[in-house]
Amino acid sequence: MSTLNTLQKLKDAGELFMPGHRACIGCGEVLAMRQVCKALGKDIIIANATGCMEIISSPFPTTNWNVPWIHALFENTAAVASGVESGLDAMRRKGKGPSQDVTVVAMGGDGSTFDIGLQSLSGALERGHNFIYVCFDNEGYMNTGIQRSSATPFGASTTTSPVGKNSIGQTTQKKDMPLIALAHHIPYIATCTPAHPTDLAKKIKKAKEIKGPAYIHVFSPCPTGWGTDSDVAIELCRLAVDTGVFPLGECVHGTYALTKHIKELKPIRDYMKLQRRFRHLSDDVIDQIQAQVREHYAIVRSKCGVVNN
Amino acid sequence: MAKRVGAEGSFAVAEAVRLADTDVVAAYPITPQTHIVERLSEMVADGELKANFIYVESEHSAMSACLGSSAVGARTFTSTAGQGLELMHEVLYLASSMRLPIVMAVADRALSGPLNVWGDHSDAMATRECGWIQYFGENAQEVFDLTLCAFKIAEHHDVLFPVMVHMDGFHVSHVVEPYLLPDKEELGDFLPPINYPYPLDPNKPITMGAFAPPAVYSECRKAQDVAVNSTHATIENVWNEFGKRFDRHYKPIETHKTEDAETILVSIGSFNQMAAVAVDKLREEGKKVGLVRIRLWRPFPLQAFRQAVKSAKNVVIFERSMTYGGTVGPVCAEVKSALYGTKGAPRITSFIGGLGGRDMSPKQFEALFKRAQEIFDKNLDIQYETIGVRE
Repeated sequence: MSTLNTLQKLKDAGELFMPGHRACIGCGEVLAMRQVCKALGKDIIIANATGCMEIISSPFPTTNWNVPWIHALFENTAAVASGVESGLDAMRRKGKGPSQDVTVVAMGGDGSTFDIGLQSLSGALERGHNFIYVCFDNEGYMNTGIQRSSATPFGASTTTSPVGKNSIGQTTQKKDMPLIALAHHIPYIATCTPAHPTDLAKKIKKAKEIKGPAYIHVFSPCPTGWGTDSDVAIELCRLAVDTGVFPLGECVHGTYALTKHIKELKPIRDYMKLQRRFRHLSDDVIDQIQAQVREHYAIVRSKCGVVNN
Repeated sequence: MAKRVGAEGSFAVAEAVRLADTDVVAAYPITPQTHIVERLSEMVADGELKANFIYVESEHSAMSACLGSSAVGARTFTSTAGQGLELMHEVLYLASSMRLPIVMAVADRALSGPLNVWGDHSDAMATRECGWIQYFGENAQEVFDLTLCAFKIAEHHDVLFPVMVHMDGFHVSHVVEPYLLPDKEELGDFLPPINYPYPLDPNKPITMGAFAPPAVYSECRKAQDVAVNSTHATIENVWNEFGKRFDRHYKPIETHKTEDAETILVSIGSFNQMAAVAVDKLREEGKKVGLVRIRLWRPFPLQAFRQAVKSAKNVVIFERSMTYGGTVGPVCAEVKSALYGTKGAPRITSFIGGLGGRDMSPKQFEALFKRAQEIFDKNLDIQYETIGVRE
């Protein structure tokens, strides 16, 4: 499928996440979610974790959802989706429920994926439900006021990893969530950003087609939480990919591939300088982060069988 | 034809789930509920029960999976006990507020700490604010009947609330007793297929679990309270229909020798069977004593309860859980609240016992009846006493 075709199809897909939501200006996450919904199509049921995307879309009695959607709690979304999938499956065998194939989708932020809902996600992946889990990663608890999560990168300042006389901000390394998902031997994982919509759409389509659990990790810039201008979310996504901070790739039945191979990584400073959460970092610390990013990217490259460069 | 079979309460529950042609079971093993999920697993493995069994990684996920399964319109069952029910706690509120007709059997168990896997009602009472319909069975036959009825009640369009069927851990879940097991033919159309009116369906998208700002939260709460209180008639109708068909009769409040009783004992669950034996013995001694069994705990059958004890001078409550730092145990608090200010309200005292699986004999109930008389005669200001504690 050519890029233009894919874009046209996304345009024609109509909106499943409707306008009028209450996301912050310049939110990268809501843009990503809209794209994910378009790529999924209307024959879906979504289980959504508590978080920004839930709260901006569903103040009773209004809703932005033009697809069946259920929100229960913060940490149980993968389990709710397990029930949706198993319920549909059991009913289908008995000739009940919707007649068409329905894709079951669970969505959560990094807090509900990396932290509080990790057990529930692990259980659902291990059991092999036929569903897609989408993590919208904005690297912190943004909905509750920008607290640190285990997705917050080293050095970032948040309200609970503040910069201080004795602190440079977040002191821990971001969990490698896609690899944690992959450790469950699931058939498909992929990383995406809303700045690469055709790539995202292709990956969502693949996740739909492959039977079994799929894990999609979407990089989701947060202008409010990261301290950026409201018109840089797309630029930040591109920079995250081009600096190697967020490699774009996938793993199909255990075979890794980079879907965008960056031969010459851009300097990490280009990415960090746009964000207030990093501005306190000294040159030494930035150099240290730069080295870590290069090291990590080299590992990713070797996993993907890229030997040169 | 109904077969007379011998089985544990646990197996009887599993048979009811099988006869209900349940679509999804999501459960996590915990003593003393394990025999229910083991038996159901065998039934699924043998094809006797055409359900998907979701082997979740925790009770929190068990109830969460039940939300999802019930929300697409599948007949959904789970079972737990003690700590498991506590781990589910926050999810329980979602099941009731989203009006999902999930059925859950609870083999009631004590709560840690200290760790104790044996029976009492600490878990049941800790969930009494969760908005579920909660009732108690006292033996294998009752938990079979009441589990079957639970699906019909929960899924009734005038109800659409989840139902907990409580049975005392071990005393009911693990005791082998004879019970009558009907076959599909005999069951007939008693339990029609589930027809959940608002399923998640791409052909008719709905939003479930929207958040409620202060401007509407109170309205949601009031609506839920009104709705659960209006389920009384359906619960009784289902039990009456069951009674007509199977000649086994259940009421929200059941009485034993209360007509002319001056003192009425009140209890819940397996205590009732010992208390009934004690009442019979005391009657032989000429004591005017009767027993009120609270079968339906939530929504509390206020009028039926008041009616059942209206001629009593004294009411004595026996219960299997504590409210630490409270004035009385949860059942006594409910009873006092139900009777306070009514005309000729009786004197009330209470006993807490059978904690963490400690047995209570009919003889102890007799002795406690006498102790209660003493408390009333001497006008002692005793809200509750804990039974048989070594000090």
